[in-house]
This record gives sequence, C-alpha cells and structure tokens, in this order.
Amino acid sequence: MKDKLQVAALENGTVIDHIPSKLVFKIVDLLGLQNQESSVTIGYNLQSKKIGKKGIIKVADKFFTDEEISRLSVVAPNVVLNIIRGYEVVEKKTVVMPDELHGIVRCPNPKCICNNEPMPTFFHAVDKEARILKCHYCEKELHV
Amino acid sequence: MPHSLVTIANLSKEKILSLLDNAARFEAQPNRRLLEGHVVATLFFEPSTRTRLSFETAVNRLAGRVIGFSDAANTSTSKGETLKDTIMMVSNYADLIVMRHHLEGAARYASEVSPVPIINAGDGANQHPSQTMLDLYSIQKTQGTLEGLDICLVGDLKYGRTVHSLIMAMRHFRPHFHFVAPPELAMPEEYKLYCRQNGISYEEHTEFDASVINNTDILYMTRVQRERFTDLMEYERVKNVYILRASMLTSTRPTMKILHPLPRVNEIANDVDACPQAYYFQQAKNGLFVREALICDCLDIQV
Repeated sequence: MKDKLQVAALENGTVIDHIPSKLVFKIVDLLGLQNQESSVTIGYNLQSKKIGKKGIIKVADKFFTDEEISRLSVVAPNVVLNIIRGYEVVEKKTVVMPDELHGIVRCPNPKCICNNEPMPTFFHAVDKEARILKCHYCEKELHV
Repeated sequence: MPHSLVTIANLSKEKILSLLDNAARFEAQPNRRLLEGHVVATLFFEPSTRTRLSFETAVNRLAGRVIGFSDAANTSTSKGETLKDTIMMVSNYADLIVMRHHLEGAARYASEVSPVPIINAGDGANQHPSQTMLDLYSIQKTQGTLEGLDICLVGDLKYGRTVHSLIMAMRHFRPHFHFVAPPELAMPEEYKLYCRQNGISYEEHTEFDASVINNTDILYMTRVQRERFTDLMEYERVKNVYILRASMLTSTRPTMKILHPLPRVNEIANDVDACPQAYYFQQAKNGLFVREALICDCLDIQV
C-alpha cells in the first residue's frame, strides 16, 4: 500500500509538499489561502520518511508566482511545490530565498522605524545559506 | 544630483577625501554666500542641542535660512502624525532637511519618501554620518594623513555608535586599532568580523595604561554610561578604570591627539584640557566646516 494516496488527487493546481506539520497554518496564512475561491485541501500529521510528520496543502487551479513562493523561504525553506496539470506533475519548484524581502518578515527591533510607521518591512538577504537577513532601515541582522 | 546622506558606510574613499578637502576650504573661509535663497529645515524629533547648533550655524554662515523644531513635543508628531506626513509637509517649504530622530532607520525611510534631500543627524543608535566625517577631518588635520595610523578606542565599545562608524569609515586607510574596554562593553563580534573581512588589524585590551597610550596616534575616548550595566557592582568596579588624566600623558607620541564625541562626563579629567594632546573642543569646531561641506554636497552646490 506504499503508493496509496493520503489525500485525493488534483487535476490542475499546486501541491505544496514536505511542510513540517507545525508550519502548515503559517503557510496558509502567508499565501492568503483563507481567501482562496477554489478548493483547498489541507493535511497535516501525515507520515513522511523524510521529516517524520509532514503537512501537505493542495490548491486547485492555483499557480503561485515566484514572489508568492519566495515568501515561503523564511518559514519553510525546504518545502516543494508540485505544479499539476491534467493529474500529472509537470514541474517541481523549490523555494529560493530572494535577495530582498518586502513585507514578509517583522523586524525584531522595537526601536526600528518600520515598527513605528505604517510602512512595509524591508530586509536584505545577507547570507542565504545561514539564513541571515538585514533590516534595510535599522541595519540590524536577523537570523530566521 | 541633489542627494541624501544617511550613512557613511557606502561612501567611496575618493568621496570621503573630496568632502574633507571641501571642509578644509570652509575652515579657511567659513562665511560664503553659497546657500543664499535656500531654506534648510532642521527637524530634531529628539533634542540634541550640540548637533543642531552646529548644523544651523553652518547654514547661517552659508547665508541660508533655517526653519525647524528642536523637540518633537510641540509638533504634530505628538498628535500622532506619521514621520512621512511631517516630511512631506516640510519638504513643501525647505530645500534640504536635516533630521535627528530617536528611531533607527528613520533617516533612511525619510530619504525614500522625501522629494528633497535628507541629511541624517543621528537616527537612534544607528548612524550619525556628520559626526564620523568630523572625526575623520580631525584625524586627518592633526596627523596630516588618514593612512596607516594607530587609533585607540577607549570606553564603551559595545553601544558606542561613533566608534562603530569610525571603524567602517577608516577601512579605506589601513588603520591599526586598539580596542580598550571592560569585558561588558567590549567591541561586538560583528565589528571585529568586519575588521577581519576588510583587512583591518586590531588588538583588544582591558587595561588602559601607558603601553596603549604611548603607542597610538589617536586616543578616541567615549563615555562609560551607568545605564548600560545590568550589574551595578561591575559598573562601580570599572567606572574609574577608563579615566584619562594629565599625568598619563607624559610619554605620548609628539603628535598624539585625544578625541571625544562629547559630551564628556568624567572619563577625561579636567586637567587634560590644558595638555597639548587635548583636541576635543577643536574637534567639535571642525564639525561646523564638515557640515558646511556636507550640506553643499547634498544640494550639489560647487564649493
């Protein structure tokens, strides 16, 4: 029964796989899936050989932009996006941290201007491997 | 092109040297009518009398006019106006905005929303580029060069904004640094990493003694502030360790000078003021010439 599907197959859309279970709802939030019109299937605590318990999100008829995918890089850098067309995986996308992150990460410095003005946050990726960001405004570094 | 000055971190060596040359021209001739017909706003959301007077004097000596405030308490900021709205409003009136703010990154943000150039006159613990430039000017003026100098930084090296900016600005000039501080206020790892990455050599000391004082070209003193310590017994132990007295200055290098960003409290004893090495009051005066140069540069006015 190794190949038995744990959730129903998708005709067209995106399957976000290998999500650590505890991050499933964070990703729902980051991608704004609460407001998605098409059907969304969310599974978590599913068995995974790689990460123990994993989560999976299937979004019908939705193909994420690179900008949307880059938002995931901060919370879940190892997730895989399977692009499905006609029940077939036509492409696998991995998450890449962008050089600049706008409005995604909150600055931990309470004395930073971005926590005191109605403005989006802005971070530069200093070291993508070590996952170090630098606030564009207060210049403090942040490890994500 | 008119442009803002938020930080010195990205200024090239050539740019720094040309600004210092212009500052020297203003020292030779401080009163020039280069800003005639210009209005400069000094927006001090946090009080800093010393810096504000220096900038306003610079504008006045260049025949410009000044508007602004010295404390945000009496402005719309206290009614909840955003920084952006204040900047947009003032930029209707002024050709240049000199801004001091208690929040870090405020100057960067203001420079992004403002239609007129912004000069950062200090944004919280972050940057204070005109202070750094006047430090460089004072070093160059007293030593004849910025190249290959021994520079000793003493006191609060952990939180001291001026010493961090000075390290970054000196990266072009092959300095050798001595960091003298109690362990609680030692130079943070990120700046030591910066030194290593930029080929800047340094030594760390906890003792402030003759071996350090007699082997440096610049002795840059900073204030050890009580509120920085979580352990007040530790403060009591170290507070008198980093005090400079005239008796410690008998065998220094002949051209050695003592700098301090001011205000000083007790880290430089009053008897030092009369020593030939004392330079901190002239250093503050140099700030005027440097600010004249920075204002003209931001407005793209030829000096």
